[in-house]
Amino acid sequence: MSDFSDELTRPETEDDQVEPSVPSGTGMHFPWLQKHIETVATGGKKEKDFAQTTGACLSFIQEALLKHQWQQAAEYMYSYFQTLEDSDSCKRQAAPEIIWKLGSEILFYHPKSSVETFNAFADRMKNIGVLNYLKISLQHALYLLHHGMLEDAKRNLSQAETWRYGEKSSSQEILINLIQAYKGLLQYYTWSKKKMELSKLDEDDYAYSTATQNMFNHSWKTSVNLGALIQIPGVWDPFVKSYVEMLEFYGDQDGAREVLTNYAYDERFPSNPNAHVYLYSFLKRQKAPRAKLLSVLKILYQIVPSHKLMLEFHTLLRKSEKEEHHKLGLEVLFGVLDFAGCTKNITAWKYLAKYLRQILMGDHRAWVQEEWNSRKNWWPSFHFSYFWAKSDWKEDTTLACEKAFVAGILLGKGTYPGHRNCTAYCLSPSPAPSSQTTVEHWELAFHGI
Amino acid sequence: MASVCSGSLDGVEYSQRREKGLVKMTVPRTLAFCYLSLLWQRETITLSDLLRFVEAGHIPYMNAFQHFPEEMKLYGRDKGIFAIESWPDYEDIFKKMIEVATFLDLPRFPDITEDCYLHPNILCMKYLMEVNLPDEMHSFTCQVVKLTGVGDVDFLTFDPIARTAKTVKYDVQAVAVIVVVLKVLFLLDDNFEWSLSNLAEKYNEENKEDKPWFDFRKWYQVMKKTIDEKKEKWEKARAKYLWKSEKPLYHSSIDKSVVYKRREMVVNLQKQFSTLADSTPTVEKNNPSSFQFNWTEEDTARTCFHGHSLQGVLKKKGQSLLTKNSLYWLSTQKFCKSYCKHVTTYEESNFSLSYRFILNLFSFLLRIKTSILHEEVSLIEKKLFKKKYSKTKKKSRSRK
Repeated sequence: MSDFSDELTRPETEDDQVEPSVPSGTGMHFPWLQKHIETVATGGKKEKDFAQTTGACLSFIQEALLKHQWQQAAEYMYSYFQTLEDSDSCKRQAAPEIIWKLGSEILFYHPKSSVETFNAFADRMKNIGVLNYLKISLQHALYLLHHGMLEDAKRNLSQAETWRYGEKSSSQEILINLIQAYKGLLQYYTWSKKKMELSKLDEDDYAYSTATQNMFNHSWKTSVNLGALIQIPGVWDPFVKSYVEMLEFYGDQDGAREVLTNYAYDERFPSNPNAHVYLYSFLKRQKAPRAKLLSVLKILYQIVPSHKLMLEFHTLLRKSEKEEHHKLGLEVLFGVLDFAGCTKNITAWKYLAKYLRQILMGDHRAWVQEEWNSRKNWWPSFHFSYFWAKSDWKEDTTLACEKAFVAGILLGKGTYPGHRNCTAYCLSPSPAPSSQTTVEHWELAFHGI
Repeated sequence: MASVCSGSLDGVEYSQRREKGLVKMTVPRTLAFCYLSLLWQRETITLSDLLRFVEAGHIPYMNAFQHFPEEMKLYGRDKGIFAIESWPDYEDIFKKMIEVATFLDLPRFPDITEDCYLHPNILCMKYLMEVNLPDEMHSFTCQVVKLTGVGDVDFLTFDPIARTAKTVKYDVQAVAVIVVVLKVLFLLDDNFEWSLSNLAEKYNEENKEDKPWFDFRKWYQVMKKTIDEKKEKWEKARAKYLWKSEKPLYHSSIDKSVVYKRREMVVNLQKQFSTLADSTPTVEKNNPSSFQFNWTEEDTARTCFHGHSLQGVLKKKGQSLLTKNSLYWLSTQKFCKSYCKHVTTYEESNFSLSYRFILNLFSFLLRIKTSILHEEVSLIEKKLFKKKYSKTKKKSRSRK
């Protein structure tokens, strides 16, 4: 064919033209050093292919789980089980937890799996090593609960409760408490069912007394189980609610009050608005003095100013005799309407409309100005824009009117686009139930307040 | 009668004493020894083929001890020798091969002549076919082989006693020659090869009757797709590989029950999950073959480039044909000083994408690291362009 050697000897004479088109760097290169750097993570030994393939297997399982490919995940899982026999003892000890987490996910969603397969899997995994027993038992019980098998879940939890192996670390302590608490919750559920049955029975019924006794036994067990958990700092809403309900039923108001106060005010516990809500509802039921209710709601106001209880708070403040409470009431209303979720709350607007009128007539214009100062920059476009006027008018005319009134007071007449519509509505011949008061509102607005 | 700490008689001693110059047999060394015998017989199998068969399970290596007779019980120190957790590495086995041959004081091996499978001319032909390159490239590879002298009998034949003789990696070298030829024909600078493809495409469209010109772009597309698929399958199969044997190895009798219990646990779990996995049969256990890819003219789904012509990359100059490409870039500018014998390491980002693709393609084919192939390419170029290299050396000396 061609004489190739000619071609190759040419570059020699035309030295400058044949430049290597890529420079291979002028730094120092130590090929052997690279290998050593790669082994630092593994403590000086080269990573074995076993570790590499099991790592790859793990990422394939995770990918399959993300894509909801349960069959594929099960296939890779089949190969992943061999990490339980890993010659590296650290990895071998960490394997059961990983396998449990992945395996339980697969068995939860896989179409061919059933409760029996899950049970068998959980039982096996519990007994590999001792560290995972409690955690797996708890999750197993939750799974059974999810499938409505309450008796099995309860049995599971009772079994887990009696587990004793070696020293209990702090994490194990929490787990045991959780297990007891869930057991308590199940018992509460049984109690609750019996309560409902009881309410259907007649007092003279012969079964009544046995039923009450039965119920009482359950409640006692529940209290034992839940009581311990509630002492530990944490968020235990469902447990606390059930516990308090039971205590109230049996007339232990003091006990209930103590539990709720502790739950809401103990500093060790994380800040939890629900705790305050529960306490407030309880105190309301107990018909506690207004001052007490106000103090509870004040804290809730500081945590969640947009809470739906804030309107109740406002009502209480309004009814109070102290002037500072009245001022706070105004603040609270404005606070509620600051939030996007409450913009269509008719009650809030109604209250605000009414209250503004009351305050302005009561000569506390300074309060309104103070509140309006921080809001005058953004409330107009937030609440009173043309867009909102149109959509509110279409959706709910009452809301639109209330907003129009407030706008009139805060912005001055004629600036709110909704005014025009409201006027039209008010002057229309169709009998509107509140047209009388609406006209009153307008009269006030036009007086240039 | 087995000793206390190992199933074999001398397991404990065997793993302890490290006398200098003493080479003790291990499973990898046994494999190297097998390769030596294949080399002696000049069998039609390369080292990369052998290692590929081991990975595919055609050759017992991983849990080879499972095939031992019942009476041979292994435990304790034997575990360190027989429990393998890595596939054999090319460089490692190659080194061990030289080590064992030197230790055994083997004489010069039978000559590797031009009609041997391991001769670069034949191996180049084999690899050209396997990666679907035109047959016409074979004449170029033969020329490179002739110019560099790597087809020389004395160069190729393995001689453990002669210290100065370098041992040849037959498969890697053949592939490196192909890479060099590709560089000569197509330059592989991410530019020239694509313009040549444009010309080829144009010609092929206009002359559908004639023998088509080899189109680098089309070849790249076909090969990339094929290699990506194969690689994906290979990675998935590796991730699913089961390393542990049915009869587990244990350290001592105390250990035994724990290890057996673990195995039982794993088997139970596997049984449970096997019902959830795909019921379709997954792995087609195919017979070991030297070729990983097969390309035929009749297969219309996948283009076969064997018969394509290299006319598109050549031009007439008087009586002879020259390549259209007149440039060449060297994979390595400088080699280390003599005692090190190393080539600068392969830093990917310094090289063109086409070159990287070619290296990745061939490295995957042989299941070796790209740096090894790059090194081999550099060595071929060193021989090919030795005048250029010696000139730069003289230049640097004269500067002093």
